Amino acid sequence: MPAVSKGDGMRGLAVFISDIRNCKSKEAEIKRINKELANIRSKFKGDKALDGYSKKKYVCKLLFIFLLGHDIDFGHMEAVNLLSSNKYTEKQIGYLFISVLVNSNSELIRLINNAIKNDLSSRNPTFMCLALHCIANVGSREMAEAFASEIPRILVAGDTMDSVKQSAALCLLRLYKTSPDLVLMGEWTSRVVHLLNDQHMGVVTAAISLITCLSQKNPDEFKTCVSLAVSRLSRIVSSASTDLQDYTYYFVPAPWLSCKLLRLLQCYPPPEDGAVKGRLVECLETILNKAQEPPKSKKVQHSNAKNAILFEAISLIIHYDSEPNLLVRACNQLGQFLQHRETNLRYLALESMCTLASSEFSHEAVKTHIETVINALKTERDVSVRQRAADLLYAMCDRSNAKQIVAEMLSYLETADYSIREEMVRVLKVAILAEKYAVDYSWYVDTILNLIRIAGDYVSEEVWYRVIQIVINRDDVQGYAAKTVFEALQAPACHENMVKVGGYILGEFGNLIAGDPRSSPLVQFNLLHSKFHLCSVPTRALLLSAYIKFINLFPETKATIQEVLRCDSQIRNSDVELQQRAVEYLKLSSIASTDVLATVLEEMPPFPERESSILAKLKKKKGPGAVSVTELEDSKRESSELNGAGERGPDQSVMAASNASTPSPSADLLGIRSAAPVSTAPAGAGSLLVDVFSEAGPTASSGAVNDDGFLRDLEQPPETSDPLLVEGSGDSDSAPPSEDPAPPLSEAEELLNKFVCKNNGVLFENQLLQIGIKSEYRQNLGRMYLFYGNKTSVQFASFTTTLNVQSKPVEPLVEGGAQIQQVLNIECLTDFSDAPLLNIKFRYGGALQNLTLKLPVTINKFFQPTEMASQDFFQRWKQLSQPQQEAQKIFKANHSMDTEVIKAKLLGLGMALLDNVDPNPENYVCAGVIQTKSQQVGCLLRLEPNAQAQMYRLTLRCSKDSVSKRLCELLAQQF
Amino acid sequence: MCRSTKYQDKLRFLLLFSRQGKLRLQKWFVPTSDRERKKVIRDMIMLVLPRQPRTCNFLQWKDLKIVYKRYASLYFCAGLEEQDNELLALEVLHRYVELLDKYFGNVCELDIIFNFEKAYFILDEFLMGGEVLETSKFAVNVSMEQADTLQEVTQHFHHSFILHSLTLCLSVPLCVF
Repeated sequence: MPAVSKGDGMRGLAVFISDIRNCKSKEAEIKRINKELANIRSKFKGDKALDGYSKKKYVCKLLFIFLLGHDIDFGHMEAVNLLSSNKYTEKQIGYLFISVLVNSNSELIRLINNAIKNDLSSRNPTFMCLALHCIANVGSREMAEAFASEIPRILVAGDTMDSVKQSAALCLLRLYKTSPDLVLMGEWTSRVVHLLNDQHMGVVTAAISLITCLSQKNPDEFKTCVSLAVSRLSRIVSSASTDLQDYTYYFVPAPWLSCKLLRLLQCYPPPEDGAVKGRLVECLETILNKAQEPPKSKKVQHSNAKNAILFEAISLIIHYDSEPNLLVRACNQLGQFLQHRETNLRYLALESMCTLASSEFSHEAVKTHIETVINALKTERDVSVRQRAADLLYAMCDRSNAKQIVAEMLSYLETADYSIREEMVRVLKVAILAEKYAVDYSWYVDTILNLIRIAGDYVSEEVWYRVIQIVINRDDVQGYAAKTVFEALQAPACHENMVKVGGYILGEFGNLIAGDPRSSPLVQFNLLHSKFHLCSVPTRALLLSAYIKFINLFPETKATIQEVLRCDSQIRNSDVELQQRAVEYLKLSSIASTDVLATVLEEMPPFPERESSILAKLKKKKGPGAVSVTELEDSKRESSELNGAGERGPDQSVMAASNASTPSPSADLLGIRSAAPVSTAPAGAGSLLVDVFSEAGPTASSGAVNDDGFLRDLEQPPETSDPLLVEGSGDSDSAPPSEDPAPPLSEAEELLNKFVCKNNGVLFENQLLQIGIKSEYRQNLGRMYLFYGNKTSVQFASFTTTLNVQSKPVEPLVEGGAQIQQVLNIECLTDFSDAPLLNIKFRYGGALQNLTLKLPVTINKFFQPTEMASQDFFQRWKQLSQPQQEAQKIFKANHSMDTEVIKAKLLGLGMALLDNVDPNPENYVCAGVIQTKSQQVGCLLRLEPNAQAQMYRLTLRCSKDSVSKRLCELLAQQF
Repeated sequence: MCRSTKYQDKLRFLLLFSRQGKLRLQKWFVPTSDRERKKVIRDMIMLVLPRQPRTCNFLQWKDLKIVYKRYASLYFCAGLEEQDNELLALEVLHRYVELLDKYFGNVCELDIIFNFEKAYFILDEFLMGGEVLETSKFAVNVSMEQADTLQEVTQHFHHSFILHSLTLCLSVPLCVF
């Protein structure tokens, strides 16, 4: 039977579809579509009134075009007209168009609602169903307002056809989900519940979805449904496979209805009425028994439907968690599935067992399957099944099998081929299990170091923070930890995270193994230093701190270490952080007495007892393998019993200490300040532009008030790993004015543009305040000095500045005529287009001043100029030939077109200005690389002035399209 | 033990796409922005197409369960919420194929391309708001037949008269019952 002969063939539509399919290229397709759109438009606009058939055909064509992925901006009116047609197929197409393409054009919605209203009251069941479908498909608030009171009436009316009842039930459910406040069941409640008794299976199937949803929200009002559901379920379960006629699916009686009934019962606790409960238990037993019977059909549909009910029954058993007998039977059944030849069943069995493992009745029964699950982890071909196996191992882990499971998971990690995120979750889980069930902490240390060795790349900050916290808090493991890291560092290539842990632990506890000549202080130092050159800046900074601790622990290493600190690669390092540390530590070691040194570099105090930061991290993660809440609570309890480690990163307690109101006397004594560390990228900071830490203080003391301690080298503390903290400095002593930051000044963008090609100058000035800026950039780092000058003779009180990234508070008072300075360290993590916002608030007289500026940090600040010859330039130019890599603007000159002025601007931009490259000497070409933490972006620029027309053409080609676009925008303002 | 069973027994979306990654039908059961739709479609095609035969039909994607099955040249792919029953969802896909087959007679991908509106109508008879509306094959077909007899203009013609370049695989029946 040829398909199209059925129903209404629309020849024109079929021709059009086949034309589209015959198009050889995307362009040809677009051309054909545009032709059709023009045709339809002219037909709709034409004088001749279209008949219903043509209208339907054209609307259907539009729908087809839309579904191909093209925009449709007309035809809505014609579709709405079709709704009021008396011909079913025309109405049907009209509704389909509305369902797929509805927009919230209120004018139209009113017309649509009108048509729906007519159809609902038409008493024609097919029309009513169409209208109900449309409401359910659109499901908007407006529709809910119009029909939420009407539909319950239709649902329970005695004379409503069954098919309409079904649609009404699900339509109401849909409205309830979008606008629960508008759907008031009240008087209808008991009649809706009694739909469970309806003769028509289809009506029950549809109604039960609605009832389940309502029961969840109002369990008490609907609780009569429990006994009705049980008796309905009982009737289905005990029926012969043929009793239910068309509702039997491959010899399984009403699988959809059965599952929905079992799901409804999961909204309630076990029935209190003994008879009802007995009947239900009987049902569940029958379902479990049926699983053991030989299949009535070999078709997979039969076993799927049967097992769907079985799994739903097991969910209910797990939900009740009160029938040990059923729980164990469920567990045994799942155990059989674990070795089933159907991959789907193995997958689901692993998944369900995860929940069974958390029940006290079945935990032991689940554990008996450990070998099978480990085997699945090792041998399953399908990665999604292995994933489930790993989750189950995690769930079934307890003290008795922790060592085995952790070992298996570790060895699995070595071979796993996962995406990064999943890998991270695995690693975290191993770390959690190791900590949760650690009896002797040397095993814990071994496990984590192994973890770093195997999967160092995926070991997040929290994991290695945590091992350090635990080592610091537990005296008994410190010597062992020092020995183990020392051994681990012997490997010729070890992961940087290992170096971090090693540096920290040896710096603190290296003395515990120094007695052995094989690990004498000098050997330890040489070992650490042999890794130094291969490490990133933050790790090197950490190592420098370890070195200064060595000087304290082992005076005999002082000369060697001072030698290292003194060499040019440290003391003149291009990285300010490293340079500063080298200089300060060198100074500290030479001028401080041993007593002072010992005080300053004292062993870290134990961390306060808190929840494991790793658990906190896992909680934040969603998706596969996220653990249930109960499980988390559980391990939280256990972990705090077992050890007293804190949530903070190891360095954070130091920072907290120095933020206390009295600065630590030792730091004051020495007058040493440490630069704020340039923070590293927080995880997942996709949208983060720059991350700013700042120091601030009156200029008088040239910024030397910050006493942030020494060991600020560990990376950012976990708490700040949230991408962007709006209002970072909430802890200022003087209560800052509480008003929200003002929206950016209208001229903020203009002010920003002034700084695209220069780094210093006055950012903002009004009668009260002047803000000056000095900034310098190198690679992806920058430092900015902000000078806030009080132009009046009166004090500014409650002076605060806030960046929409982080910053520390400035001095709250600015005396009349005085100036305060704020230093921002900037790191460019990835390319960005919006400048950070700087909000300044203060009180002048009694009045609150509140202004927001754009901080003049633009992407071009991170340019490294690149010199290249003409040939190279054009070769690269050609390489960047994809259309989105190029951005071009033609614009009128706003400023002088003098060659020297232009050159100065281009140099100020930060790129290298290349001579003798462009064949036309009038043109300017530049090349540069934008340095961000995540990547480097190569950029080429060509500026073609036309002096006669007073115009420019500016072309940018960059390896990243967003950069081309942004630079083009920025630069077009400059010339 | 107090486990909160959140009732979310429904489909979020249903997609039909070909082995070549061409989308043939998309149905969204909850409001989804255009951007999100495009992303879901892209991700599903990228996730499902490379899977080996005889691997399991279920996947985890973000917080959704993905259930898919291949019928001849077409993949049927549904997104389910966390608590839903995967096996039953697999049978929802199968029942839909059966309904298409019953209506078109040996349904193949071409039927769905040329009669996309019918494919949507049949789906509407079967599911509403992501919930199963009517599981009886008989009942669904009755209402489709009714629809067909209700219409007045009947233009018979055979699509293969106007098709010049039929690729073979498109006309393979999706399902042999």
